[in-house]
Amino acid sequence: MSELTKLTLKGALDGLKTKAFSSSELTEAFIGAIEHSNGALNAYVETTFDKARAQAKASDDLLAKGEGRALEGAPLGIKDLYCTEGVRTTACSKILGNFVPTYESTVTANLWQGGAVMLGKLNMDEFAMGSSNETSHWGPVVNPWKAKDSNQALTPGGSSGGSAAAVAADLCLAATASDTGGSIRQPAAFTGTVGIKPTYGRASRFGMVAFASSLDQAGPITKTVEDAAIMLNVMCSHDVKDSTSLDIEVPDFTQFIGKSVKGLRIGIPDEYRLDGIPAEIDALWEQGIAWLKDAGAEIVRITLPHTKYALPCYYIVAPAEASSNLARYDGMRFGYRDPEATSLTDTYELSRSEGFGKEVKRRIMIGTYVLSAGFYDAYYVKALKVRRKIADDFTQAFQSCDVILTPATPSSAFALGDEKKAADPVSMYLNDVFTVTTNLAGLPGLSVPAGLDQHGLPLGLQVIGKALDEGTVLNIASVLEQAAGFAHKPSKWW
Amino acid sequence: MAIDVATVKKVASLSRLREPEARLESLSGELNGILGWIEQLNEIDVTGVEPMTTAVAAAAPLRDDVVSDGGKVADVVKNAPKTVDGFFIVPKVVE
Repeated sequence: MSELTKLTLKGALDGLKTKAFSSSELTEAFIGAIEHSNGALNAYVETTFDKARAQAKASDDLLAKGEGRALEGAPLGIKDLYCTEGVRTTACSKILGNFVPTYESTVTANLWQGGAVMLGKLNMDEFAMGSSNETSHWGPVVNPWKAKDSNQALTPGGSSGGSAAAVAADLCLAATASDTGGSIRQPAAFTGTVGIKPTYGRASRFGMVAFASSLDQAGPITKTVEDAAIMLNVMCSHDVKDSTSLDIEVPDFTQFIGKSVKGLRIGIPDEYRLDGIPAEIDALWEQGIAWLKDAGAEIVRITLPHTKYALPCYYIVAPAEASSNLARYDGMRFGYRDPEATSLTDTYELSRSEGFGKEVKRRIMIGTYVLSAGFYDAYYVKALKVRRKIADDFTQAFQSCDVILTPATPSSAFALGDEKKAADPVSMYLNDVFTVTTNLAGLPGLSVPAGLDQHGLPLGLQVIGKALDEGTVLNIASVLEQAAGFAHKPSKWW
Repeated sequence: MAIDVATVKKVASLSRLREPEARLESLSGELNGILGWIEQLNEIDVTGVEPMTTAVAAAAPLRDDVVSDGGKVADVVKNAPKTVDGFFIVPKVVE
């Protein structure tokens, strides 16, 4: 395989600008890598090589004239949750199995406007509901990482498992992803990549297949913190087609990379020290604290008292919104329709029962239950009140600190086909214990690879910022990245 | 509040899902497991707390009441399972 695919996004953009190589050469290198590797990793569920070649050629023409835009000629992977005009978009559900959008999501439109090249659509948990990629209609992605001395296939995490695996295995320079409870940050942590969920409203949700609209947010998975900043610059925008999109200026996020963190106050929440978490997770957290202290930051103990209630709160709010959002899949206007059904009710029920997978159906039913007459106040309204308490915890904590540092996940990547997690949905949900709070509060959160566990698998640290303060989050993450010097790559077995 | 098989059936029907009889028992167990775990929210006193309905504390944006999009019949029906002349064909609704 070509060395070109190993470049960072920044490295590739620099090489394209100085004409060290062309976008066509770079794109062909990625196409070759995908053709060679995708059978083993299952990261892409659709490839768009003809489109990629045409876009690369157009980029080369612009680059030749010195007119390259922010992402000119950079081959990217797109999570299958983003509607892409003329390219099948399924959210990895059977119910959208043949859906070909006639419009483009705002985030991907921004990328193409920025000169990026599309390699294809990336695998994910069905409707982004999952933490292991195993709910995908197209089968799970396999993590490029394996534990030392083991041949066991591991999960890349979820729901953005395809995005994380593709970046980790050099099958794209960077990828789009999305995060409702941790779906960018957990897969990034499991694959030694960087993932950031910006503030709710930073990026438009127009054209993203909806899961839980008050929590869903777009973001990138990349090889470095600087690459994440470059992607965010282009992905974020105000959009009249999304009424929750914020009408505010998008700063140049790259200016925050590597800045001094002297005097910045780093909040360490006591409540993130959980029982039953591997000691190496705590040790890595302590290491992160030490790195930031060495860099001149001030460490402040903070309290986020309602942390333990975030996941149960989420598992009311998210399924409630999902049950409502997924009501649109009725077999009438688009998507799968059961061919045998004759009556209206049969068509609804059979199309949905066959079109949705097990986890999605479970969540629709939970959502329907908590919204149903007699339970609405006890579950749904109660959860919205708890959500406010969780958000208030952060507001209070940010009185005494500038950013918060926590572990990203309670473990490293686990085995595909884990029977305990399959049998007990709650044990799978606990994957998001450190990440879900920021979705409820709408805050930016980033996972940066910081070390390996005893099995040689990557672990991440999470940086949480104030609303709209992605800059400080990126700044802190870039300093952690440098201190960690994380240069590990999975050894190639595929 | 335990969810028995009859409740599972009712919730499935409200969700417009039809689960096979053989699955109802295990679904009841799964849903009870999840809802039992959620019960811990009752430990929190939320008296006087305003429900949080959005992560963005911004007023809903307004725009002029003018047509800004449309005329895309072919696009709208493009992914429909069945269409005739720009109409969706659906199963018989009224007997």
